[in-house]
Amino acid sequence: MTGLTIRGLTKNFGAVAALAGVDLDVPARSLTAILGPSGCGKTTLLRLVAGFTTPDAGTIRFGDRLVSEPHTAVPPQRRRIGYVPQEGALFPHLRVADNITFALPRAARRSRDRLAELLDLVELDASTADRYPHELSGGQQQRVALARALAPDPSIVLLDEPFSSLDANLRLSTGRTVAQALHAAGATAILVTHDQDEALSLADQVAVMRAGHLVQVGPPGTVYATPADPAVARFVGDAVLLPAVITGRTARCALGTVTVRDGSADGRAQVLIRPEQIEILDGGPGVPATVGAVTYFGHDATVTMTLQPDGPDITARVTGTRTPHPGSSVHLTVNGPATAFPALASTASS
Amino acid sequence: MCGAVALVTAVPLLFVVGYAVSVGWDEAWRLIVRPRVGELLVNTTELTLGCMLLCAVLGSAAAWLVHRTDLPGRKVWHVLLAAPLAVPAFVTSFGWVSVTGAVEGYGGALLIVTLAYYPLVYLPVAATLRGLDPALEETARSLGLGSWAVFARVVLPQLRPAVLGGALLVGLHLLAEFGALQMLRFPTFTTAIYDQYRSAYDAQAANMLAGVLVACCAVLLFAELRLRGRRRYARLGSGAARIAPPARLGLWSAPALLAVLGVVALALGVPLASLAHWLWVGASTAFPIETLLRTTGTALGLGVMAALVTTACALPVAWLAVRHRGRVASTLERSTYIGNSLPGIVVALALITVSIRFVQPAYQTTGLLLAAYMIMFLPRALVSVRAAIAQAQPVLDDVAHSLGAGTVATLRRVTLPLVAPGVAAGAALVFLAVVTELTATLLLSPTGTHTLATQFWSEVRDVDYGAAAPYAVLMVLISAPATYLLTATARRST
Repeated sequence: MTGLTIRGLTKNFGAVAALAGVDLDVPARSLTAILGPSGCGKTTLLRLVAGFTTPDAGTIRFGDRLVSEPHTAVPPQRRRIGYVPQEGALFPHLRVADNITFALPRAARRSRDRLAELLDLVELDASTADRYPHELSGGQQQRVALARALAPDPSIVLLDEPFSSLDANLRLSTGRTVAQALHAAGATAILVTHDQDEALSLADQVAVMRAGHLVQVGPPGTVYATPADPAVARFVGDAVLLPAVITGRTARCALGTVTVRDGSADGRAQVLIRPEQIEILDGGPGVPATVGAVTYFGHDATVTMTLQPDGPDITARVTGTRTPHPGSSVHLTVNGPATAFPALASTASS
Repeated sequence: MCGAVALVTAVPLLFVVGYAVSVGWDEAWRLIVRPRVGELLVNTTELTLGCMLLCAVLGSAAAWLVHRTDLPGRKVWHVLLAAPLAVPAFVTSFGWVSVTGAVEGYGGALLIVTLAYYPLVYLPVAATLRGLDPALEETARSLGLGSWAVFARVVLPQLRPAVLGGALLVGLHLLAEFGALQMLRFPTFTTAIYDQYRSAYDAQAANMLAGVLVACCAVLLFAELRLRGRRRYARLGSGAARIAPPARLGLWSAPALLAVLGVVALALGVPLASLAHWLWVGASTAFPIETLLRTTGTALGLGVMAALVTTACALPVAWLAVRHRGRVASTLERSTYIGNSLPGIVVALALITVSIRFVQPAYQTTGLLLAAYMIMFLPRALVSVRAAIAQAQPVLDDVAHSLGAGTVATLRRVTLPLVAPGVAAGAALVFLAVVTELTATLLLSPTGTHTLATQFWSEVRDVDYGAAAPYAVLMVLISAPATYLLTATARRST
């Protein structure tokens, strides 16, 4: 398995710039999630890596091997990639076994060893081998699609929103199976998704994409805790953004005095506090607030509160066992450091 | 390539319009406004509308009985009710006329064409009924509607596209019908055009009548296009639809059985029994085995060639329509549908005139006959080929490439296996239509070329029913398996 290096990758569709100079390094044997809203160019990036389309500028390297530069591109069938598209796209006229062994040389197709190994890798029962794709559930189809992609030992595995057609439960379990299988196969993989939970929970590295640019690349924890800007903050999770004034390592804002991370500039700013950082107390220290709506999820709950005396409204996340009653008066404190961003002309909470 | 196909299919329409323009208004008016034309218009309209209405009622009622009630023997009835499709209308007509002269005239013609064409409504309605989501009916019931109200307000509106679509198809077939009506001595535009051309050698009058006939077709085609545009999938959402529990007929079982039996007896029983009778009579006198073999060979050969040519023409058009959607592609595709709604007699007249005037050597050749078949039956091939190509989605090409398969390997291992069944089905449809085609073959076949249909026709014209029967039996035998397969696919795909 090899890593992937992308430099200055650019692609225009007519007057629309789908990708505007993207740089990305995907370390070998790791899973990188490209996270972004629909239409941000993430699928274009994947298709360029696969070789289905050619870039207008920039280069793509698999390890030391240059596979794509403008005007000379290695065709997809010679790149040794594994590709798992949306909905799996299994060949409808072939059984599961023939789908999985599609890329293997003729002799290897007959031997069932590799097939059994691959079915095992994606946690599918051996009995599914003789079924047709339409006889499988959505999650099973995706696993077969992954097994098919992994069969010829590809250098890079590309997954294009592979779980978006599955329902919530299946998405989680299938995602975990797929990530484990990729890890076990030692594959270098790119997962394109618009679902931040999927990206944060499955990937070793998250690359946030917006309007053809990669705005932030880093480990999931870093992207979540210290997003590059407020928009990324909102995109990777729920966010409370408050105007603040920073002095040294503390910031004064509507939630009182909170600590900020190192390196924040003094003066007017905007701070990011994640809802789970806000602690709700019955009394004692902290900023007084009145509880509004409580949305209960079982394992946890979100609580919307109005800060006393005159706002703003903020949302906190608490464990399901400790939900306050609507209308009650509480006090709020903030755990852990907040992240500071430069102040905007008009800042508001979200 | 696609442009060439579209151009060829447009020849008949261009001819009719071009002719009307070249003749000029006054002359056209003189030719059209005549008592004879009025009489033909009344006959054609009466028969077409009457048959559309009867087919709609008969086809829908039969579909409901077979697919939504506990009528005994439903599987058998389904096959038997669809089976008249395998019997060409002129053979059904022959079956009746050769037994009793009472079916000549409007009443008899209406009865026979209805019996021949009601499956065109029955099959789509049956498919829709099977595909209906019972949850909709259950929801209506939960909202307080009774059985009749549910049928009228929930089921019927969902059936409307199928019933209307089927009835319009019946109408287009009727406007093109020649053999059955000629045999029943019921003059319509089609038979009149043929008589003008063949007996009176009055090409001018024939062409003008063709113009009026094309106008009638345009009305139906326009209605069909509007309907097609508004049609929606009956079911939204995912998951398999449950099968609705069948309605209990109770005491009505016996009358319902009798009714279905009656339809099958009249539509299938009488013509087949009559054929068997004449076969027996004919076999006792003379059995021209050599002519039988020769005409069968000709019919099969023409069928195979037409199927190949037509499917080859359908492939690029369908490819363009599916893979490169756009205004040009859909216009090209639409334009090819016009050919199918033009009666065979108009297509034949157009090709004769155009070939005599512009490509003299093509006149009276097998090539011209094949061109007529292509124009008439291209849409049948297109429907299947289009669906097949839609199956082979571009993403499957991408996946195959990513797995190391080059262009040729992808074509061989993915695209062809996916497309082949649909293409074969399209070719089979064309083959079937050509083997039983009468009108265009009569006018266009080169001297000395006789197919099963034309040989049958000349024997019937000589009132030698015993000699005619074997050809009809052969046509039914050739059509039957393909028709059965086609109704079977219709059953699976819903």
